[in-house]
Parts: sequence; C-alpha cells; structure tokens
Amino acid sequence: MSLELRGLSRRFDNAQALRDIALQVDGGEFVALLGPSGSGKTTLLRILAGLDFPDQGEVRIDGQDMAQVPARHRRIGFVFQHYALFRHMTVFENVAFGLRVRPRASRPPEAEIAARVRRLLERMQIAELERRLPEQISGGQRQRVALARALAIEPRLLLLDEPFGALDAEVRKGLRHWLRALHVELGLTSLFVTHDQDEAMELADRVAVMQAGRIVQFDTPARILDQPANGFVAGFIGQAQRFAGRLTSQELIFEGLPLAPLPRALLLGEAAAGAGQGPAEAFVRTHEWQATPGPGNAVLRSARAAGGRVQAVFAVGPALIEAEIPPGLLEPGETCQLDPLTARVFLADTPFATG
Amino acid sequence: MRQRSLPGFGASLGVTLVWLVGLVLLPLLALLLRPWELGPLGVWRSLAEPRVLAALRLSFLGALAASAAMLPLGLLVAWVLVRYRFPGRRLLDGVVDLPFALPTAVAGLALTALYAPNGWLGEPLAALGLKVAYTPLGVGLAMAFVGLPFIVRTVEPVLRDLPLEAEEAAATLGASRAQVIRRVVLPALAPALLAGFAMASARAIGEYGSVIFIAGNMPMVSEIAPLLIVVRLEQFDYAGAAAVGLAMLALSFLLLLALNLATRFWRRA
Repeated sequence: MSLELRGLSRRFDNAQALRDIALQVDGGEFVALLGPSGSGKTTLLRILAGLDFPDQGEVRIDGQDMAQVPARHRRIGFVFQHYALFRHMTVFENVAFGLRVRPRASRPPEAEIAARVRRLLERMQIAELERRLPEQISGGQRQRVALARALAIEPRLLLLDEPFGALDAEVRKGLRHWLRALHVELGLTSLFVTHDQDEAMELADRVAVMQAGRIVQFDTPARILDQPANGFVAGFIGQAQRFAGRLTSQELIFEGLPLAPLPRALLLGEAAAGAGQGPAEAFVRTHEWQATPGPGNAVLRSARAAGGRVQAVFAVGPALIEAEIPPGLLEPGETCQLDPLTARVFLADTPFATG
Repeated sequence: MRQRSLPGFGASLGVTLVWLVGLVLLPLLALLLRPWELGPLGVWRSLAEPRVLAALRLSFLGALAASAAMLPLGLLVAWVLVRYRFPGRRLLDGVVDLPFALPTAVAGLALTALYAPNGWLGEPLAALGLKVAYTPLGVGLAMAFVGLPFIVRTVEPVLRDLPLEAEEAAATLGASRAQVIRRVVLPALAPALLAGFAMASARAIGEYGSVIFIAGNMPMVSEIAPLLIVVRLEQFDYAGAAAVGLAMLALSFLLLLALNLATRFWRRA
C-alpha cells in the first residue's frame, strides 16, 4: 500500500479548508495529522475516505487515481470520532455489516462471517459483548467495536478521526499503546487525526503538522521536536514559550524584557545559521533555562514539584516565564538571575508565522 | 412517604387525575353504558345490520389503506424537508400543516369541488373511467389528506436526529445507497413510521367533516361509521348511535394496541 496526495485543495463556502496539500505515506506507516481545530485535518481524512471531494489535486492509492472511485469501493476503513455505530444493531451485526453488504458473488458464507466477526471481537478483547446494543456498552468498548467494524473489510488503509477524543484520560492512555501494538501486529497502514501533541508524538512514525489548511511539516516526532520548520510548529510542539525579539548579525535580543541577549552560536533553527536579520520570534522550552540564585532579573512566583524537577514560574519584567529548576534551589519570593540557554529562532517574515 | 427532590407530586397528580377523569374517562364511561339499555341482544342486532357493518368496514379499512398509502409519501416529504436546503422550504414546511389547521368542512368542500365529476381533476379522471367523488376512493382520498401531516411530523424529528455519520460509515464499509437506506436508515425510522401510521389511522377513522362531502354517503357503498352515528342521532336512536360508537371504540383500541405491540417488538428485534 502506498498513498500519495498532490496539490489537494478544498474550499467551503467561506473558508479555505485545505491548501495545496502534498503527502506521501508508505505501507505499514502510522501517521498522525496534528493541528489545532479548524486546521483541515478532518477534511483531509474525509477526502481520503471518499466522503468529501477536493476542488483540485489528486489522491493516489497504489498509483491509482481515486477521483472516480466512490467511498464504498475504496476499501478504506474509517473510525469516526463519535464511532457512528448502527444503534439498532448488536455489536456482532455492526462488525458483520461490511461483510453482509458485499455482492452475493464475493460474500462469505454465514459460518465464515460469524467466525471472522468472533475472531475480530476476540482480537479487540470484547468477545463477551457480541449480543449487546451500542447504547449498552461504554465509550471505550464502542471505540473497539468501531475499530473492529472498520477492520472487518480488511482495509488497505485505516483512518481514525480523533480516536481518543471522546474518552476520559485513563482509558485513553491504555488504548493508545494497545492501538499502536495492533497496528504493528496486523501490518496496517494508518492515518489518525489528533489535536493532542503528546498523542501524535507517542504513537506516530511520522507526524504531519497542519496549520490553516496546509501541512507545514511532515517528519518524525524527534525531528519535529529538534528542528521545527517554522514558528508555528515550534510554538505548537513541546511546551515552548514564545518571545518577540530582533536578530542582529551577532545575537538575538529579547524585546521588552530584561533578558540577556543570546549569541548567534547558541541559537537553533535555520534563521540562526543564515545571514538574515530583523524582527524575529524566539521559542524557549521550559528546560532550556538556567537560574542562578542571588540578585538578578527574576523573582520566583510559584513552584510545583514534577518528577525530580521543579516547574517554576518566574516574573521577569512584565512577563511570566515557565522554567524547570532543580529541587531546593529557590523559595518563592527569592530573586535570581534567569538566562536562556538556547532558543529556536524564526525571522518574522517566515511564511505562516503564528498569527 | 420519603422526601422527594422534585416537589409538587401530590398536587400535580391530583389535577391530572381530575382532568383525565372528567374529560376523558367519564364521557367514555357514558358511551360504554348507554347502548346496553337495548339489552345485549339489542346491541348485537343494532350492530349486525349490514349497513352498520359496511360503514365500519369502510371507516377502518379505508383509514388503514389511506395511512399505508401515505407512509412512503410522508417519509419522502420528511426526507426532503430535513435533508435538503432549497428556496421555499419553509413554505413547504408550512403547507404540510395545513390539513391540521384547516376547518375539516372547508377541506371537505375543497376536495369535493376538485374531484366532483365536473371538477378540475374529477372531469379528466372521469374521462379515464376513474370516479373519485362519491365512491370509497374519494373517502380514502380525504382520509389520506388529513393523515399525511401526522406521518410527516412524527418521522421528521427522528430523521433529523439520525446521524449522517452512520450512513457515511455504511458507505465506507462497502454498502450501496440502496443498502444504506434499507439496512441503516429504514430500521432506525421504523418505530417513528409505525407511530405516524397509528396516529394517521386514528385520525382518519374518526374523521367526519372532510370526508362526508366527498363521500356522497350512499349506504352500503360510501357511508362512514361516524356519519352513521349522526344519522341515528337524528332519528333519536341514541342507544343505537352509542352502540356504533362503542364498536368504533373497541376496534380503535384493538388497533392501537396491536400497533403498540408491533412497535415494541421492532425496538427489541
């Protein structure tokens, strides 16, 4: 299985949902579409499934253009955010649906349908629910039924729209690992939509970060963290705080804050390596600060222990800065000198800078 | 009694009971008792008249047939109102309720004028050999007219709540449009369709004003049971009129009971 998107655009009445999307997914990959709500993730997923249609561009699966292929002939499994189970059918019948609607010639005999459905339900660890109706089972169980139903057609591509969105945090964690294991074990190719960066980073082989209808970066989680493509990605991923600044030939100057300038050699990002100068935005993560007790530019406002480190909030001039410090270093109310160790910097004229 | 979180149970139940007994049960009780002054045999004779049996048959079979015929049409109207956005939709939405709002006699006169042998539609239809006014067909037509809004208005909210996603899910699983309608949409609508059918039938069975003009009221052919009650009242045969009423009450009750059981069965299946 291979999936290729080229120049995909979709416009709704008053909004451009997708702009010139290009994407290539290889067989066996687990890909996340990550972005804030309204960035076009779900629209893209629906176009892949054949539930919506692009104004321009093409979708190719294994080299075949999908434009004239209706949803029911695509063999693409779709798990809806709210599951969309058939309320009047039992769990068993829900899962069997995709097999029962096949044309007579390719429909498996009843005994085989039953065997396949049971095998799937066992695989999903919900074999005991087969006679229940969707309204009689919990959210996490419905999620598994929806997944089993989509897998029953042996899809060449599995699409999941916010697969954990409607579940509580506890269930969500468990299901994540389970889904990842299932993906590997069944040799699936999957795309899932999420607005939760932890989820995307933890689960996916590659993450497509979407902003306002575009894919601004498509890369492995590690590279997205290390080398965000622009200010939007840097700000969206990895708890970074955004600062306005100015890049000179020598250093980054933080504007309006009593923070020491950072020499160019310590900066990250393409802008730091290039020769560009001018207004810039800089992103510093919570662990990229150094606090030195004594008189200085910052006052510790509050501190909260978090796994061996302390999440601290400092008042620096008019701003509040979140930083990690070692335990016992400071008490609230004490002053210190707070310095950034590094920053990801993007010149303000970079396309799609945060708005 | 235990303290309840919702106050006013006693008072509101009391008012409800008084109204129900005064408005519904008492008149029905009077109807139940009145015919028996003829004696059991008298009631039997009064109902066994061929004219009475013919009228009851026309009222009930006509109502069931008219409502059944309106089921697909009512479903289609509800579908159009819910699923499509087009200019004039609100107007159409209002037109559906006209049979509710129109005085029934006005509807009856309008239908008669239209379908009489010299009316706009009656004349061309008569030329084709189809007589509508003053026949059982005309009776059914008037019953369909008053029954349609009941079907549309019971199906509409259920259809509106039906998530489009279920249909989309069915499509991604390989179902054709026809399979989606048959396996996903119709089963979800079945209880509402049955309820709409029951209400339309109940209304059509008791319908008087809009039917009597177009019916022509020929005994044994196009005379409905409610009219027969009026005929007997005019002849001061109060007990005989009540006997026909009692028969209608019993038959209606059985019909609604059967439909109710069918709905319940459907929900469980």
